[in-house]
Amino acid sequence: MRITEERVRYVADLAQLRLTGEEITRMARELDETLGHIEKLNELDTTGVEPMTQVLFAAGETATLREDVEGSTLSNETALANAPNAGAGFFKVPLVIER
Amino acid sequence: MDIKTLTIDSVRGGLATKQYSARELATAALRHAETENPATNAYLHFSAERAEQSAARVDEKLARGEDPGPLAGVPIGVKDVILVQGERNTCGSKMLEKYVAPYDATAIQRIEAAGGVIIGKLNCDEFAMGSSNENSAFGPVRNPVDLSRVPGGSSGGSAAAVAQGTAVVSLGSDTGGSIRQPASFCGVVGVTPTYGRVSRYGLVAFASSLDHIGPFARNVSDAARLLQVMAGRDPMDATSAFAPVPDYVAAMDGKVKGMKIGLPKEYFNGLSSETGDLVRRGVSQLESLGCEVQEVSMPNTEYAIAAYYVICTAEASSNLARYDGVRYTSRAANPTSLNDMYRATRGEGFGDECKRRIMLGTYVLSAGYYDAYYKKAQQVRALIARDFANAFQQVDALIAPVSPFPAFKLGEKLADPVQMYLSDIYTITGSLAGVPCMSVPCGKTSEGLPVGMQILTNHFEEASMFRLAGAFEQASVGQ
Repeated sequence: MRITEERVRYVADLAQLRLTGEEITRMARELDETLGHIEKLNELDTTGVEPMTQVLFAAGETATLREDVEGSTLSNETALANAPNAGAGFFKVPLVIER
Repeated sequence: MDIKTLTIDSVRGGLATKQYSARELATAALRHAETENPATNAYLHFSAERAEQSAARVDEKLARGEDPGPLAGVPIGVKDVILVQGERNTCGSKMLEKYVAPYDATAIQRIEAAGGVIIGKLNCDEFAMGSSNENSAFGPVRNPVDLSRVPGGSSGGSAAAVAQGTAVVSLGSDTGGSIRQPASFCGVVGVTPTYGRVSRYGLVAFASSLDHIGPFARNVSDAARLLQVMAGRDPMDATSAFAPVPDYVAAMDGKVKGMKIGLPKEYFNGLSSETGDLVRRGVSQLESLGCEVQEVSMPNTEYAIAAYYVICTAEASSNLARYDGVRYTSRAANPTSLNDMYRATRGEGFGDECKRRIMLGTYVLSAGYYDAYYKKAQQVRALIARDFANAFQQVDALIAPVSPFPAFKLGEKLADPVQMYLSDIYTITGSLAGVPCMSVPCGKTSEGLPVGMQILTNHFEEASMFRLAGAFEQASVGQ
């Protein structure tokens, strides 16, 4: 087993994801199986191969930069319209700093 | 009019000869789709008001004698991961059940400027993660060819609507095969253009270096026409390409004699099923049209799935971090702290497959594992892209299967996520390389299930892909 339930709990913490006990057990098994398949990558010698982070296309070095011109943006009201809780023009969240 | 068999061309004809107005067509198309939809669950919601407004604009232009645009009056469905302002955009997720799009995707702006009429939003796997459309929080989509079977995924609703006749054309998104595989399962045409050919602005991000928007249609020229309208540089997406957009329909001139076709031997070895026979028959048809067929080798193919599931989950874990209970409609009740709110909201809001991918992606990016998994996968991605570059030095196009099997029964593969991942083998390679690829119907199995043949060309060579697909379609119709 590459993946223990303890490891699953650690990764879930990193991902800010609450899992049930049943999910943790299942996830350990499934992640282990998937990682087992992924180990296949180690069969390939990739020494000196530049990682491909993005599909690149031919363009001038600054081609993707645009002129610095004013454009329209979402209004405060529109930006907050999907908020589960908002007020006074802000997103509201539970208390972060105790008084 | 028979709504189920309309094409972009026939709608143009119908409007020009005043058989119907755009508004009449929109109303009839919506009524038809609403009546037929319960059988497949392809649409999640309809945008009647918006459709009425778009159609009215087309009618006004026609009345003034102006050109109403290349998609004038055409009823179009849109996968529910592409933003249409003022309409709900759920991504097939409970997390976004109430989310209303604050702006239009660039693709949507361009379609409506071209006269297209968006009639509704289409079901899909949650956040476009899945190969069967069974991962939707709003119920699976059923394949209109056989309602006991899946339509494929993740753009299952987009394929099903076009196959069922409840949209003339539709939009889907493809990260590792999510357009081509459902197109193959439902017997329609599905196109994944070159990465960067269509702006991703307004497409909800899954794996940003792999995400594409692309068309579904009942014939090749409709797919070409829809892509034509969407393609081209967009300043709102820095990864959208500057390359000029040629006239795709004009490229469909039937002149395929002498085109060099490559068959990657790694894709055909061991493919002995009916699917393989149908794809091989398609290749013979291309040969009889004068194409020169040769075998090519793409030696890194067998590593594609492993590389893909590292890269796409890593990117997804990062992209889906934004769903934290602050901005996107869902928040768990009575959180005790900020962290508790994040965790509870995400635990409640995401379905199994999303959780699985967030976990795998977080794991491969976690301290101490980055080089072993993420960097390694990106290096392997480079090798796979090199396989394509080498192949396209020898041939103009590649032909491959789309899926190892036709549409399967609902529930059949749900229990085994790894098996589900493995079925993406033939579509993932093209996604990793970022080359244009499409599924075009090449026949049916003895059970009457459609099978698609995949055509892949070099970056920005959509025109030759459509030329080949168009000639193949013509030859198939003639049989």
